Amino acid sequence: MSNNVETFYQVMRRQGITRRSFMKYCSLTAAALGLGPSFAPQIAHAMETKQRTPVIWLHGLECTCCSESFIRSAHPLVKDVVLSMISMDYNDLLMASAGHQAEAALETSMENHKGNYILAVEGNPPLNEDGMFCISGGKPFIEKLKKAAEGAKAIIAWGSCASWGCVQAARPNPTQAVPIHKVITDKPIIKVPGCPPIAEVMTGVITYMLTFDRLPELDRQGRPKMFYSQRIHDKCYRRPHFDAGQFVESWDDENARKGYCLYKVGCKGPTTYNACSTVRWNEGISFPIQAGHGCIGCSEDGFWDQGSFYDRLTSINQFGIEENADTVGMTAAGVVGAGIAAHAAVSAIKQTTQRKKTEEEQNS
Amino acid sequence: MALEKNLAPGDSEEKVRRQTAVYVYEAPLRLWHWVTVLSVLVLGVTGFLIGRPLPSVPGEAIDNYLMGYIRFAHFSAGYVVTIAFIGRIYWAFVGNHHARELFILPVHRKRWWSELWHEIRWYLFLAKTPKKYIGHNPLGQLAMFCFFVVGMTFMIFTGFALYSEGAGVGSWQDQVFGWVIPLFGQSQDVHTWHRLGMWFLVIFIMTHIYVAVREDIMSRQSLISTMVGGWRMFKDDRPD
Repeated sequence: MSNNVETFYQVMRRQGITRRSFMKYCSLTAAALGLGPSFAPQIAHAMETKQRTPVIWLHGLECTCCSESFIRSAHPLVKDVVLSMISMDYNDLLMASAGHQAEAALETSMENHKGNYILAVEGNPPLNEDGMFCISGGKPFIEKLKKAAEGAKAIIAWGSCASWGCVQAARPNPTQAVPIHKVITDKPIIKVPGCPPIAEVMTGVITYMLTFDRLPELDRQGRPKMFYSQRIHDKCYRRPHFDAGQFVESWDDENARKGYCLYKVGCKGPTTYNACSTVRWNEGISFPIQAGHGCIGCSEDGFWDQGSFYDRLTSINQFGIEENADTVGMTAAGVVGAGIAAHAAVSAIKQTTQRKKTEEEQNS
Repeated sequence: MALEKNLAPGDSEEKVRRQTAVYVYEAPLRLWHWVTVLSVLVLGVTGFLIGRPLPSVPGEAIDNYLMGYIRFAHFSAGYVVTIAFIGRIYWAFVGNHHARELFILPVHRKRWWSELWHEIRWYLFLAKTPKKYIGHNPLGQLAMFCFFVVGMTFMIFTGFALYSEGAGVGSWQDQVFGWVIPLFGQSQDVHTWHRLGMWFLVIFIMTHIYVAVREDIMSRQSLISTMVGGWRMFKDDRPD
């Protein structure tokens, strides 16, 4: 909120952190970002010389699961991120102030740091009825979002809501909720999808942006490559059972107890880009597949509209009644097969009658 | 080809049709056809099993690699069919003019349309006698383009897009075909479309085999033996 120009290092020292602890922290951050030890001094240098980056964190149409995840980050600890690394100027969930006071903080920060702050968006704007399905601070969220985006340096789309639309954008999407890149087209947007995203992925993205003062390398769809370039399946610890052809055939069978691959019971690991199978959740304790349930693909575009979580061949909504590719294909092949059989029968009759006719003609 | 080339420029197509045998499918083209048959057979069976795996195998994971072998066969056959298809496109440029029939429909020719109509009538049992053709009949040509050329191209693009997911970001498969995935939505959508494409090709194969056998019996020229030996035999001397 304030306009002072403290560096990260000064803030940390002010909070009683020793230089030794500070250096340790830098090494740990380098490791968390997947960088070599030689990057630790670089991080230290950046933190000693750079001002804390102001972050404005908005909540649109969402369930706050992204924030719930974020505050559980262990490496780095979220308190380090919020109190030392960034200047969290506005976050209506975490900030102490409320009401007019909070809105005033938002205004001040947007004005003082115009063009320099990072806008973090959790949730998305609904467009139907002029955006009246999500009111924040007395105004439609879409207005707040557009205004905040104007002065932002970069935008982070937290979670599947901001990145893809998630549950509120699932068919039939009555509020016309859209991902933020549909309404903000002139700023770089980093998508950090997941419902919610992994805490360490969230803090990792922020740390990277502060340390190197640039956006992380993004993939074709705007996700940071360092966390979203591989599928859950590619690094799954149950992968050997997949390759061997050993599957959980039904819930609670012997194979489930043995921890076989969950492919046949609809695991979306093979089609989901996320870091769950490597970073895992809750300080690396576990992740869905480890807990015995298939991945539901929550970080993928439109995962709510991909049919059952428990089918490998998911249903195709366009056919009205829910059918998967095999039922559609087999039905079509059956119809064509019957058509061929009928056509062949008529052809055979025609061939025989014609032959008889020619024979008669020749005989006469 | 040789016989056709012997014709003087003024000779009509009817004169060609009066001949009893014409060399139509050159050796590389026939080889491509049968390589594709084998690869598609492998692709269909293994692809079906990737979507619906076989019952679990007993024993330790370290002693088994069933799914791995099935996927390996699928990917290998995918490469073979793709390289063969590229070779087939190349052959359309350097081969005889029949080699271009699959890719270029002569929609500007009035005669093609009237013969197409005749073929439709022949298949609806409305026309009494079929016409003679050296290459594809117009209906066959249209079907080959719509089902095979389009279907195969679709399967190659979606197939390599899915393969690029395993090959990884930055691989050439990702650079060339990776854009296909966001085009359809996400990976699961591409999987579904690739599966539907398989059924599309299954329907093509059913029809293709039926029509080839039927034409071999009922039409006035050879079909199946032509794709083996290359020569189109005619069963009568009437020109049309």
